[in-house]
Amino acid sequence: MIELSGVTKRYGLKTAVRELTCVIRPGLVTGFLGPNGAGKSTTMRMILGLDRPTAGRALVEGRPYALLRDPLTVVGALLEARSVHPGRTAYHHLLCLAQSNGIPRRRVGEVLDLVGLGAVGARRPKGFSLGMGQRLGIASALLGDPRILIFDEPVNGLDPEGIHWVRNLIRRLASEGRTVFVSSHLMSEMALTADHLIVIGQGQLLADTSMAGFIEENARSYTRVRSPDREKLLDALSHAGLDAAPSGAPGAEGAWELEGDRTAVVGELAAERRLVLHELGHHRASLEEAFMRLTSQSVEYQAHVGAEEG
Amino acid sequence: MSPMPRVLLSEWTKIRTVRATLWTLVSALLVTVVLGVLISVLLNNTFDDLSREDRATFDPTFISFSGTQLGQLAMIAFGILVVANEYSTGMIRSSLSAVPVRGQLLAAKLAVATALALAVGMVTSFASFLLGQLALGDHRTDLSEPGVLRAVFGTGLYMGLIALFAMGLTWVLRSPLLSFGVQIPFFFMISNILANVPATEKIGQYLPDQAGSRAMAVVDTGDWPYGPWTGLLIMLAWVAAAVLAGWLVLRHRDA
Repeated sequence: MIELSGVTKRYGLKTAVRELTCVIRPGLVTGFLGPNGAGKSTTMRMILGLDRPTAGRALVEGRPYALLRDPLTVVGALLEARSVHPGRTAYHHLLCLAQSNGIPRRRVGEVLDLVGLGAVGARRPKGFSLGMGQRLGIASALLGDPRILIFDEPVNGLDPEGIHWVRNLIRRLASEGRTVFVSSHLMSEMALTADHLIVIGQGQLLADTSMAGFIEENARSYTRVRSPDREKLLDALSHAGLDAAPSGAPGAEGAWELEGDRTAVVGELAAERRLVLHELGHHRASLEEAFMRLTSQSVEYQAHVGAEEG
Repeated sequence: MSPMPRVLLSEWTKIRTVRATLWTLVSALLVTVVLGVLISVLLNNTFDDLSREDRATFDPTFISFSGTQLGQLAMIAFGILVVANEYSTGMIRSSLSAVPVRGQLLAAKLAVATALALAVGMVTSFASFLLGQLALGDHRTDLSEPGVLRAVFGTGLYMGLIALFAMGLTWVLRSPLLSFGVQIPFFFMISNILANVPATEKIGQYLPDQAGSRAMAVVDTGDWPYGPWTGLLIMLAWVAAAVLAGWLVLRHRDA
């Protein structure tokens, strides 16, 4: 379990993380979602004691990270920034980390095989591709067989096969009862892996909810209908006790929306009254849209074209 | 906190598995010894051209250590690389994740790297002395003469301490570029100029390298206001200050 209480990080006048309070629980994949620059990496570095919070506390299994004995056996982390000496072989990189935490030497070979780097353990990471580097980072996170895993943008730079592998790994680690905290700036990625979501924007907590709850709340399901006989259609709908509201979606001017999937009812009503329909369909707002809506107030580096249209 | 022997073992693995760092130690040894021998040969051949005064204060031990002027730069490079590489490569984030008690990481790294630098320093010092004396021919001295063994050990200590000084300062400066940019010109030129220009001589003599090099001499030329052990103590004080500054910075700054 990871507990953040009122964690704040200021760099000079800029506040990277503002009074963040949340709990990351075991047995679940907790997605940490936010646009680039929202403070995700800073938060993760504070959990690991690399950055010191300006205020508040970050606790791991009830203690500050620095007080853990053999911390790699409690928390394994893959950070976004490179954290490997390119001139030291993958094997020796893992070996020196293992030795400092009393992890047996054979574990080094095991994790290299586990991440698919078994054949290149004797090579220096300076010749590694982005994906291989990422796998080495994951190997060092798994080295101590920790109960808590922190992955900062783990699929960055991976090919589709690698992405698939990381998703499965993350799911499996959580199913083994571990605490898994994964950051991403992509909602679609989180939708596939996370059970729980913590969303931040400009360092502030925007949402702390289950994935199912987030979908329910944000990914609204609705029926859209458009007809040249607008008045007659609305009469028919209200007779049938259906509430319709004008659509606010871009490109859907003149269309009306009903909550939920009512395509069958609306289609039958229209046929009964011999009304022409130009459009009738069931839609679901994408999670990506929901996420964009949630964070649009807090995006730091927004493209101006996008901002004007939105 | 992890037990110290584990962290020491880990730091030993780190040092021995990066080739570039080890090459600086090899070059410290080779440069010091080869240059020392060359200068010894040169002085042996031109001994008769020296002034009467220079002949009277001729210090064959000190002459055989002439290579340290240049060789120490490789030692300094070793000290810088051991620490700055952690920052330039991002390895520091892995290191501090594994050993989050910062003072412990610093102590373990400095202990292992300094022990290695001292060992290489001692080998360098004995090799410089023995080969240098061979090259000095009739003007040579030997280890049984008073003060000579002390000077040979002093030179080995000097080489280890100069590396430790560089490590301490590099924890403060962090970037390899900055560390090299500040330390190499300082030890190669600025310190020598300060110690040899009459106006600044008094201050220059108390700089770490100038004070430490007092321990390399056997013959007291009267140029130094202190003895060999005091010289080493002055250098040690500088080293302690550099390490303390490094520890304070490491403790308080974000990694």
